[in-house]
Amino acid sequence: MIRHLLSGADLDADTATQILDTAAEMAAVAGREVKKLPALRGRTVVNLFYEDSTRTRISFEAAAKRLSADVINFSAKGSSVAKGESLKDTALTLQAMGADAVVVRHPASGAPHRLADWVDGSVVNAGDGTHEHPTQALLDAYTMRSRLGRLAGLSVAVVGDVLHSRVARSNVLLLSTLGAKVTLVGPPTLIPVDIAAALAPGTDVCYDLDAVLPTSDVVMMLRVQRERMNDSYFPSAREYARRYGLDGPRMGRLPEHAIVMHPGPMNRGMEITPEVADSPRSTIVEQVANGVSVRMAVLYLLLGGNNR
Amino acid sequence: MNSYLIRNVSVLGAAPTDLLIRDGVVAETGAGLAAPDATLVDAEGLVALPGLVDLHTHLREPGREDAETVKTGSRAAALGGYTAVCAMANTSPVADTAGVVEQVWRLGREAGLVDVQPIGAVTVGLAGERLAELGAMADSAARVRIFSDDGHCVADPRLMRRALEYVKAFDGIIAQHAEEPRLTEGAQMHEGEVSTRLGLTGWPAVAEEAIIARDVLLAEHVGSRLHVCHVSTAGSVEVLRHAKARGVRVTAEVTPHHLLLTDARAETYDPVFKVNPPLRTATDIAALRAALVDGVIDIIATDHAPHAVEDKECEWAYARPGMLGLETALSIALDVLGPRWDLIAERMSRTPARIAGLTEHGHDPAPGAPATLTLVDPAARRVIEPAELASRSRNTPYARMTLPGRIVATFLRGEATVLDGKAVK
Repeated sequence: MIRHLLSGADLDADTATQILDTAAEMAAVAGREVKKLPALRGRTVVNLFYEDSTRTRISFEAAAKRLSADVINFSAKGSSVAKGESLKDTALTLQAMGADAVVVRHPASGAPHRLADWVDGSVVNAGDGTHEHPTQALLDAYTMRSRLGRLAGLSVAVVGDVLHSRVARSNVLLLSTLGAKVTLVGPPTLIPVDIAAALAPGTDVCYDLDAVLPTSDVVMMLRVQRERMNDSYFPSAREYARRYGLDGPRMGRLPEHAIVMHPGPMNRGMEITPEVADSPRSTIVEQVANGVSVRMAVLYLLLGGNNR
Repeated sequence: MNSYLIRNVSVLGAAPTDLLIRDGVVAETGAGLAAPDATLVDAEGLVALPGLVDLHTHLREPGREDAETVKTGSRAAALGGYTAVCAMANTSPVADTAGVVEQVWRLGREAGLVDVQPIGAVTVGLAGERLAELGAMADSAARVRIFSDDGHCVADPRLMRRALEYVKAFDGIIAQHAEEPRLTEGAQMHEGEVSTRLGLTGWPAVAEEAIIARDVLLAEHVGSRLHVCHVSTAGSVEVLRHAKARGVRVTAEVTPHHLLLTDARAETYDPVFKVNPPLRTATDIAALRAALVDGVIDIIATDHAPHAVEDKECEWAYARPGMLGLETALSIALDVLGPRWDLIAERMSRTPARIAGLTEHGHDPAPGAPATLTLVDPAARRVIEPAELASRSRNTPYARMTLPGRIVATFLRGEATVLDGKAVK
């Protein structure tokens, strides 16, 4: 098993599949009255969050606690970090406290990579800047596999602000590794340069959402911040929603079996309408539940739970 | 003054000869010279070059003496084979007045290891809003001729035009940091495949090329001299080639790191590889090397940029851009150009001296010439250890790399500044 999970590229097909299979076993625990396993008893997991992200932090916290690990939540606000402590000094502090795993969310791309140089424990990237969010990609893959029965050969459209999306990067890497076909959809201003060469050679780019819907098994809508229009990425929220938002009529063009995903938090009325978000095709609530199982699997495997 | 008899040295790759240095000049050359009073320097296997001249050095003093001082930077320069460095203006306070440039000039004289020629800021506080007192800096004891807001681009086209025109009165030159600021807001590295993968905001090549294109047209329009700092893209080379063919008075520099390192170095997220302009692609490197050989790019300049440990041992986005260069530049030139000594002398000594107006520098070692020269051992190979560098900072991108060539001795107007590979003070 790998030591750190920093990028979707850290996972080969076997490792990714092992995590998804383990997550399925973990999901069974969630259905029991006592939702707890003793696997990580005596181990310490630190949630080091430099950005507000209640949902991701709670998901990791629940995952670690269900595995009986001791959990320390270290929020950058109101801590020594707010007083200007460097990432390296924070890392050395966590090291001295004996952290077995550090789950880190950070506004700067690559911060988890730097952290991994400075601590002995495992580092899990819980979202870094505009780079990656590999456990989100794992839970998305898990959700697709549960709903559609497979990943190989699926056509997945990832729609929206790919340029600033860590979710998109991790999904392109992981889904390609697992044999799915990814098409990135959005205005050209929000599709980064050389994306296929940068991430996965088979990745397609399309600027026309309506063209890709009839052949998509999965449509993953990304959060688009309204403020992007101030930087001229698109003219207005209304025009964005008209061209790239998923509404009822557009959803009707999807194949019967296709699902609609969103990593949350949603901008209802921007990239997705309530009609779509609340429809039976939507997996948005499932994704949250699956997140806990997948993060349990990641912590369990990284910390060598399977060797004990 | 001391005298030195340098035995069996190859001047710019020619057959070995002796060089007698006396009274600050090369007194005599030839085989089997005798000078009983002179200090003997055995230079068997060594090559003599005119002392190197760096048109782009950050010495950090005044303001960031924890990163570098005029003295430590001078020592690093001498150990790199340099006899003159041009000190960039982005100190704190900014070198935008006669007082500050004279202070830097005086500190250089006190250090006494290289000639420190201050560069003056183009605009007050590097703010890009109004001209600094360029004439006062030109008339000061520092005799400033190069003006640059390096670190910032003089982005306002009208201000750039005025600056180019104004310095004609004292044969000044504007050295432009070519970076269209609106195209590089938040930029962290070269915009391309690697920046996409790493999720770091891109610094597109066009942001440099657009400013160079504008500035060569402005320089042509007003008939002024323009120097382009740290050219980093293949597209910039083509703009410069076109301008030079039209007779525009433009010169350009390339840094050692842009000749050797690609943007793939960012993949570790180690900010020691963060620099502005950023490391580019292999295609750019090939174009820059070719331009350096054919003369579209006139010189190698280091952009030596020392930074304190805490400004580099952090997240990529929060790190300051820049890397050390003085102590490794000649090695990189040797690695990239091979032992083409005349070309190396042209790109690293004669031409930069001419651009900067440093008349005492850039002369090949020959009878009557100032004894301002350096001796390099081209056969040596050395492993770069950051802790062994003379600079006060450690941010070399070449850590643990093996590079060719070693500076054995450097002389400034007949006095040794480096002997046996060690600075004399």
